[in-house]
Amino acid sequence: MPSLKDLKNRIESVKSTRKITKAMQMVAAAKLRRAQESAEAGRPYAERFNAVMAGLAASVGGSDSAPKLLRGTGSDDVHLLVVMTAERGLCGGFNANIAKLARAKAEELRGKGKTVKVLTVGKKGRDALKRDLGDLFVGHVDLSDVKRIGYTNAQDIAKDILSRFDGGEFDVATIFYAKFVNVVTQIPTAQQVIPASFEDEAAGDDSGAIFDYEPSEEAILADLLPKGVATAIFSALLENGASEQGARMSAMDNATRNAGEMIDKLTIQFNRSRQAVITNELIEIISGAEAL
Amino acid sequence: MANTMQFDLVSPERSLASLAVTAVQIPGADGDMTAMPDHAPTITTLRPGLLKVEAPEGSSEYLVTGGFAQINGDSLSVLAEKAIPVTEVTRSHLDELITEARASHDAAKGGDDQTVVDEAAKLLADMEALGTHMSL
Repeated sequence: MPSLKDLKNRIESVKSTRKITKAMQMVAAAKLRRAQESAEAGRPYAERFNAVMAGLAASVGGSDSAPKLLRGTGSDDVHLLVVMTAERGLCGGFNANIAKLARAKAEELRGKGKTVKVLTVGKKGRDALKRDLGDLFVGHVDLSDVKRIGYTNAQDIAKDILSRFDGGEFDVATIFYAKFVNVVTQIPTAQQVIPASFEDEAAGDDSGAIFDYEPSEEAILADLLPKGVATAIFSALLENGASEQGARMSAMDNATRNAGEMIDKLTIQFNRSRQAVITNELIEIISGAEAL
Repeated sequence: MANTMQFDLVSPERSLASLAVTAVQIPGADGDMTAMPDHAPTITTLRPGLLKVEAPEGSSEYLVTGGFAQINGDSLSVLAEKAIPVTEVTRSHLDELITEARASHDAAKGGDDQTVVDEAAKLLADMEALGTHMSL
């Protein structure tokens, strides 16, 4: 049975925890709004880009002259998994879910006898995967100093990946991130970026129109495919940013509520103990008086 | 109005412009071209340069690098990796471009392909001329 003083200390401590989680929730809410705005601002570019690329890929894709980024290297023995997570924790299952998906994929590929390499973006994913896949790490991108994700960040990551691809380090690249649906739902997603695949947008808004290409279809494709990788990574980073804040917001909301419940429970316990002490003292006094 | 078309300029980070225009001069990879309403559908990649927009309300200019333009007859979308309104361009933006152009020029000089060297040299000259044009 904890003493009254212990209980009091405990209540104070939970109260300050609640203050902190409450503050974190509000900060996450504010950041979420910003992250969502930039995710939405980035969407038109990605959509149009993919629509044009899909059209181009469909017309050039079959031929042998298609660039390697579209056609692939001809084999799929070496896979690069680009795992994008947050730099900070305390955001519920956000990092763990992405890491879990990546780990499952890595196991599956290794089961098939493929070679797996892992590039991590964000500290938390690195920490989560270090134990199981640590020996497969080929690199790490640190974004902890980046206040606001910009396109240049995505370009740097894409450049890194592309130079590895040109160097023949891998055949297939897949990025892992969490797609933002709403504050309580973020879906961990795997998306193949090399060789590029365009599915949904294939129809596009330009159906029927026959385009002139300048310089040529192949040249445009060769120019745009590397940009496509950067674009895919950029939208993944933006989605991830919004997802992280959303996950943190709901995690902190839960934590605040749990702290509140705990305070209520402890307060009841505290009051009961205090009453018990008073009753005890009374009994002692009364029985003392009676004994006289 | 029949003699305008919808023009969209988007960069990965935001959408910069969306308005009805009469003509747009695009710095295409093979040379500048001007798109007007009912232009044949064309897709062209961009080289770094100035995008000049003529709208009934007035004209504006943007510095664009990388990306492509999709001309659709009644609409025109320009997707640029970087797009900055000329009024906001600073010397440092330009310096960045010039450094980039110089780097690719130097890289090209190491190779044997003369056309690549010429192209890189032209890009470098273009970028420097751009600075003079904008009086920076």
